[in-house]
Amino acid sequence: MRSRILPRAWLKGTFLILGGIILLFIIAPVGKMIFASSPSILMESLRDSEITSSILLTLYAALLATVIGFVLGVPLAYLLAKTQFPGKKLIEGIIDLPLVIPHSAAGIALLFVFGRNYFMGQAFDGIGIRFLDSLAGIVIAMLFVSVPFLIDSAKEGFKKVDPRLENVARTLGATPWKTFSRISFPLARRSITAGCILMWARGMSEFGAVIIIAYHPMIAPVLVYEKFETYGLNYARPIAVILILISLVVFVVLRFLLYRRERS
Amino acid sequence: MISIRNLCVELGDFTLKDASLDVEDGEYMVVVGPSGAGKTVLLETIAGLFHPRRGEIRLRGRDVTRLSPEERHVSIVYQDHALFPHLSVRDNILFGLRMRKTDAKQSRQAFSRAVELFNIAALLDRDPTTLSGGERQKVALARALCVSPDVLLVDEPLSSLDPRTREEIEAELQRLHRALDVTTLHVTHNFEEAVALGDRIAVIGEGEVKQVGTPEDIFRKPNSEFVAGFAMSRNIYPGELCAADAGRRGFKSGNLLFYLENGNAAGNRAVIRPEDVMLLPREVLPNGGNTFAGEIVRIADRGSTLYVDVQLPPVITALATRHTFREMNLKTGMRVGVCFDASSVHVFQE
Repeated sequence: MRSRILPRAWLKGTFLILGGIILLFIIAPVGKMIFASSPSILMESLRDSEITSSILLTLYAALLATVIGFVLGVPLAYLLAKTQFPGKKLIEGIIDLPLVIPHSAAGIALLFVFGRNYFMGQAFDGIGIRFLDSLAGIVIAMLFVSVPFLIDSAKEGFKKVDPRLENVARTLGATPWKTFSRISFPLARRSITAGCILMWARGMSEFGAVIIIAYHPMIAPVLVYEKFETYGLNYARPIAVILILISLVVFVVLRFLLYRRERS
Repeated sequence: MISIRNLCVELGDFTLKDASLDVEDGEYMVVVGPSGAGKTVLLETIAGLFHPRRGEIRLRGRDVTRLSPEERHVSIVYQDHALFPHLSVRDNILFGLRMRKTDAKQSRQAFSRAVELFNIAALLDRDPTTLSGGERQKVALARALCVSPDVLLVDEPLSSLDPRTREEIEAELQRLHRALDVTTLHVTHNFEEAVALGDRIAVIGEGEVKQVGTPEDIFRKPNSEFVAGFAMSRNIYPGELCAADAGRRGFKSGNLLFYLENGNAAGNRAVIRPEDVMLLPREVLPNGGNTFAGEIVRIADRGSTLYVDVQLPPVITALATRHTFREMNLKTGMRVGVCFDASSVHVFQE
């Protein structure tokens, strides 16, 4: 009887073709867009203050969201990685919830809490922060949809820290705080950094949730949409290209960091 | 020094029930038990990394049961050494001194003393992940001892090392203990290691402390089948005490009668260590005393020595040297004589 194992060359060839199609599907639009735009038009767009300020606003808002995510999310990630408590699985599920909610729906849901007539909205109104059509609104929208990336990545990082290292630190006289700051955090730092970059990148590319809460001031993805709607494809393209290029840079840095983490 | 009273620890399906143990000041105590007997949990409980359900732990008379690890002055060295991978060897060793905010002069002294003691000056700037097993062990010990702990806990320090490094570190531990006189609790599953290093040995198993005593005691006078089995006393026979001829005391197990030395032994099990059983050609077997004849049913080669099972019946295992093996030309099926001293028979109650 002949071997029933699929001949290697056939299997490899078929899979290569299938894989190639999906790869091309990703590369083609991105590549064509980048290479089809003339550098002079790109430079001109970069001189347009409407475009540059919206790009800066995007980067800044995503950064703010990441900082808030870091301060509030990393401690939670540590607890999830290092302690056992009832309801842990439920909390882990809740954290990943934003990943499955359609983002426009997430925007609506946020409005129901942070809108001026609702509880959090009123509380923040007291200290002069309003969310509708404001930077704060953009930040909470980005925070909501992108914080799972940071928490999950930080959690994995803390999980990989051998509890014995923390134990040894404690016996050598380190308090729980010192153990966290000197041992657990530095050892999980790479995962946390990767999580921050991932969160920042994800926040930057958010559109659906932001457009519900804050159409203005316009972040870059909204601006692309607006230009496309009002003036058509050719006007939207340069901004889209710049956005893609920025995302690519962030992405490359992220891959590099992840690669180093895997190697160590 | 260390006094553990009625300690009860529960962790998943593992429990340590009602364990009590005393370790003297400056003593080297080895806790030995099979894998999964909870030896590491015991150490972690003493270090305060794990909270007991019940019981009390005292160090130097001070009740530390409720204290956190950093307040106990107990250092732990894990089997995998647990060096901080993001810190250099130097910073690893200095970690405890920094955490305890030792003053600069004292800190420098303690540091250079530890470095000198372990002869690791050349390793100070290395990344711990590049060290060999033996080097890591030394750095881990230096880090643990640098803070002058009241108690040193070592978890299977030798099991992850290759045989040669093992002997080196074993000698190192002995030297260290003589030099520093620090109270040490060492856990291992290896009985030979326990005998080589321990001033005293505690055998734990089935969640209990089964026996505590000198290596000689544990070796010669096990108090239970568990300890006898763990100490590789392969010959354990059920039976009862009886009077033997000429006013001597004996132990009767089935058809066999063992002569006992006059002592106050009482119990229903007799144990004889394989190395105390001598093999002889049948022709030269003396009369009387503990002498028997039987057939070799199995020979297990251990390299430098061999275990020879002789069916009397029952089976008795003798430890033979290579020399004896060759001289007597031992093989299975051969009939041989076995004999042992009355003083080699130890009786205990199971």
